[in-house]
Amino acid sequence: MLKDLFRKPKYVTVKPDKPAPAKRDIPEGLWVKCSDCGEIVYTKELEKNQKVCLKCQFHFRLGARERIALVADEESFRELDSNLVSVNPLGFDTYSEKLIEAQETVGINEAVITGEATINGQPVVIGVMDAQFIMGSMGSVVGEKVARMFERGLEKKLPVVLFAASGGARMQEGILALMQMAKTSSVIARFNEAGLLYISFFTDPTTGGVTASFASLGDIILAEPGTLIGFTGPRVIEQTIKQKLPQGFQRAEFMLEHGFVDAIVPRQEIKTTLAMILELHGKGVANG
Amino acid sequence: MANTVLDFERPLLELEEKIAELRKFTDEKGIDFSEEIKTLEKRARELKKDIYGNLTPWQRVLIARHAERPTAEDYIKALIADFIELHGDRSFGDDKAIIGGIGRFQGRPVTVIGHLKGKETKQNIKRNFGMPHPEGYRKALRLMKQAEKFKRPVLCFIDTPGAYCGVGAEERGQGEAIARNLMEMSTLKTPVIAVVIGEGGSGGALALGMGDRVFMLENSVYSISSPEAFATILWKDATRAGEATEKMKMTARDLQEMGIIDEIIPEPLGGAHRDYETTARNIATAIQPHLEELIGLRFEELLANRYQKFRSIGVYQEG
Ligand SMILES: [Zn+2]
Repeated sequence: MLKDLFRKPKYVTVKPDKPAPAKRDIPEGLWVKCSDCGEIVYTKELEKNQKVCLKCQFHFRLGARERIALVADEESFRELDSNLVSVNPLGFDTYSEKLIEAQETVGINEAVITGEATINGQPVVIGVMDAQFIMGSMGSVVGEKVARMFERGLEKKLPVVLFAASGGARMQEGILALMQMAKTSSVIARFNEAGLLYISFFTDPTTGGVTASFASLGDIILAEPGTLIGFTGPRVIEQTIKQKLPQGFQRAEFMLEHGFVDAIVPRQEIKTTLAMILELHGKGVANG
Repeated sequence: MANTVLDFERPLLELEEKIAELRKFTDEKGIDFSEEIKTLEKRARELKKDIYGNLTPWQRVLIARHAERPTAEDYIKALIADFIELHGDRSFGDDKAIIGGIGRFQGRPVTVIGHLKGKETKQNIKRNFGMPHPEGYRKALRLMKQAEKFKRPVLCFIDTPGAYCGVGAEERGQGEAIARNLMEMSTLKTPVIAVVIGEGGSGGALALGMGDRVFMLENSVYSISSPEAFATILWKDATRAGEATEKMKMTARDLQEMGIIDEIIPEPLGGAHRDYETTARNIATAIQPHLEELIGLRFEELLANRYQKFRSIGVYQEG
């Protein structure tokens, strides 16, 4: 139901029958127009500014690899479970092709990349979802990789940091995809019992089965400014209630106001904020 | 009986009406139609087997959504003695799309929770067509925690098109409410039995579905989304819902084959809406031995098994 929240990845621009590139993606050119303030920005400048508009602070979306580079210490990331690949369990036509296409164009195996890394020297298990990969949807592989992340954290007594970006459970895997919500939530319950820290970070956009499972279960829940966070996507709600939704509905600021996010953290401050939280949970537990 | 007649049921219903008419004639006019009645009854039996023995997934969806299909409330009436409904989430309100309470199942105190649809428009509006808001899931969780405290097994009846999508539901954290139920149910220290009795629609169904045993009534369905939403998302065409049901693998048999559910509970021929009593009895018969077995387990074992059950779901390749 959230399909149109997602911009088509860049590659579609070469296909004449597909819609124009998404406004929040950065086109290949030298210049880009900020979709929020309309300012024309030099692409290199934007990249240097972590893809945050220099004029209005609008946060362009990041791919999973870009996000890892932003948060993890240089050279510290060791990927886990990159050998897990999706199959087509229901024999759904076009799914296999879709997977291959996503792997080729997005350049990653699945909608989440997981691994171990350090953040300002502190070891963590980290996961980053990528909304460009079949809308960041959760099928068996995403569920399994997320579950294994928490198991790795349990085994090595490490905190977990997970950046969500997803349209929800992956339709093409049917009930198996839905059940990944149950799987990931069960593993987090165990992780919690061990007294370990889980920081969940919402990035644009996160909806559906990911909001309704692991992304909402962090000890601390953070979000980037302007991030869409919801269960049902805005277009479906508008169709259901036959009304236009107010400006800012389901954005991170709205979710903060309604008590579902601990803090909004601008991109430039993510790494230092995470490091601070990790440090606060590091040592000196009372009555240990 | 049934106000809503499904197209594929019509020939059978017409035949049954004819039989009833002949009976009335026999009684009122004293003319003997017993031979004709016998012939027609035989034909009705064959027709019934023919229709209900070869249901398509879409026909099952229609049966699962049938206006007269028994609801959680009907099964509570039939199976739970001394039922007392308990209301509210202690935080926001009382969601009427979910019914919950305590009572006795075969003499044993239990907590019962279920999605609740209405059977006609007025009731359906009151029950929001069985689509809960966050406070419904929070009420369910409150009652589950209460069951844990008093060591009562939990019996969940699943029957919802999905969690409600609307402004209030989002403002109050529909996603968070469902997520929390999943997490809490996975470690609830008391046996949980879930029965899909009608529509098992998406996360809104799963939020009551993390059972040690999960059952489905023969004509119930359980899926990632409604077939209409599925067709809209993948083909941008809601009218292809029937076709979607073929692809989605959402029938009880499909889910059993995929190892998602434990057992299929048979419905009387013609569907649950034609015989509430037998259906209720079939549910009781199916869950009773499992409940006994689960009650006999140590918590560690109960929880380890439940964990394994959901942890192991998924199909992928590890290359
Ligand atoms: Zn701007």
